[in-house]
Amino acid sequence: MSRRRAGSIQSGLLLLAAALAIVANAFPARAALGGDVTSVQADQLHMRGSLRTTANASYTVHQIQAGSGAVVREYVSSSGKSAGKVFGIAWQGPWPPDMRQLLGSYFDQYVQAINAQSAGRAGRRPVRVELPGLIVQRGGHPGSFVGRAYVPEMVPTGVRTEEIQ
Amino acid sequence: MSSLRIFSVVATFLTFAFLAGCGGGSSTPPNTIASSGNNVASISVNSGPAGNYANGAFASVTICLPGTSTCQTISDILVDTGSSGLRMLSPLITLSLTQQNTSGGDPVFECFPFESGYTWGPVQTADVEIAGEKASSVPVQLIGTSTAVPEGCLDFALPSSNTLESLGANGILGIGLFAQDCGQYCEQVQTASGNLNLYYQCASSPCQATGESLAQQVPNPVTLFATDNNGVIIELPAVSGGETSISGSLVFGIGTESNNALGGATIYTADSSGSFTTTYNGAPYSGSFIDSGSNGYFFPDTNGITECGVDESGFYCPSTTENLSAGNQGVNGSSGTVNFSIGDAATLFDSNDYVFGDLGGSASNYFDWGLPFFYGRNVYTGVQSASYANGYWAY
Repeated sequence: MSRRRAGSIQSGLLLLAAALAIVANAFPARAALGGDVTSVQADQLHMRGSLRTTANASYTVHQIQAGSGAVVREYVSSSGKSAGKVFGIAWQGPWPPDMRQLLGSYFDQYVQAINAQSAGRAGRRPVRVELPGLIVQRGGHPGSFVGRAYVPEMVPTGVRTEEIQ
Repeated sequence: MSSLRIFSVVATFLTFAFLAGCGGGSSTPPNTIASSGNNVASISVNSGPAGNYANGAFASVTICLPGTSTCQTISDILVDTGSSGLRMLSPLITLSLTQQNTSGGDPVFECFPFESGYTWGPVQTADVEIAGEKASSVPVQLIGTSTAVPEGCLDFALPSSNTLESLGANGILGIGLFAQDCGQYCEQVQTASGNLNLYYQCASSPCQATGESLAQQVPNPVTLFATDNNGVIIELPAVSGGETSISGSLVFGIGTESNNALGGATIYTADSSGSFTTTYNGAPYSGSFIDSGSNGYFFPDTNGITECGVDESGFYCPSTTENLSAGNQGVNGSSGTVNFSIGDAATLFDSNDYVFGDLGGSASNYFDWGLPFFYGRNVYTGVQSASYANGYWAY
């Protein structure tokens, strides 16, 4: 399958959106890393953003663009044990995104990791967290923050992690 | 032509070829560093007030109760062209500055995210003096407070930079491209999921997000100077290897005095996000920037440079110094190549030095030209204006 734009699913999304709005109000969206594909649509609703979808043989990229200029890309595996799950997320925007929302169930271990990092030499630099089950790389400057996070064991076979960005 | 003459010509050629091959500007004359003047503040790159800073440039700033001569000088404030706004550690402030309030009378606080940490504390008003320049009634952020950090601030999920030890400085002097620290994004409360707020009102706990007008936002203090208010120049000497400290100048104004002409520097304009494009190892990175507040060259590891172990995680540790180059391109089309070197961070940090010309590390999807870029090169940071909507860098 080659790249395609999934404009055809957008009308369907409207219906889905209405249904999800009820769910989302009851359960604030915590889609995100490790979540399943339905959570992507919940994210879009909450971000009040436009959704664009592209796909290749290994994964689908759901790109949510918000009015503030923020862009979040969620990478959903097409096959294997992580099929249908978000194995990676990338973001860019004027300010850092809500990391609790993007990292979902991985948020707490990420926060523990950054708080445990030894201070060493002080100085401003990109943030990196590399745990056996979670990689987070982020940085930028006021006006333009970027980053990405992924779960190594969920990355589909043959996919280079550099593709998550 | 005599053989001696031929030898001389060949020797001269070889010398130039050698110097050109060294990179890092060794073939060019040293940059001129302004001596004292009304618009010149001394800066020093050293270990900082916590004794642990690598590649931090520090200056002193005097704050006063607005309209009075009751003042206090705070030393060791990080000179930061990568942000806008003056922020100082709250425990150091002995003056009772005026708290900024919302129209409803509730105290305004701010959560400000930097690349690797956030600052949290109240917004207060002070007159600000640096060298002979003065700005009146400037909103500034005091860092550190007993008021609980709101969840929205914690959701940036950045380390806290609210203490001397974690900040490594007594404050941050943000003198970057933009007139305000946040801009349009902060004028209204961001309610869409995924977007976090920077300004809060703290009438009661927990603090609530609030909109902050441009006039009330923490500004780049340079823009409020009576003169020399269109930008700054950072002038530091070249650094070979590591050094314990170096001294230089922070010059206010660009083209406003006899000591701050643009001269032969090339202007690279920024886009609306305060970025330009750097091309490294064949790939363009549109979110790149020049930032005196970053402590190294940070760029994607697409060249296979050896990364450090866990003790210096995020830095590069090549066994021999890597001589590299990258191209910068402004939105205005200006372009040029920069040569730089990356050394072994583990070796550098094992020394008693705090100034490193060859310090670098990895970044994803952008090139961050930190303080080492400024060594031996006068770097101009032009504040946004009618002529330059998003500001510019020049060097």
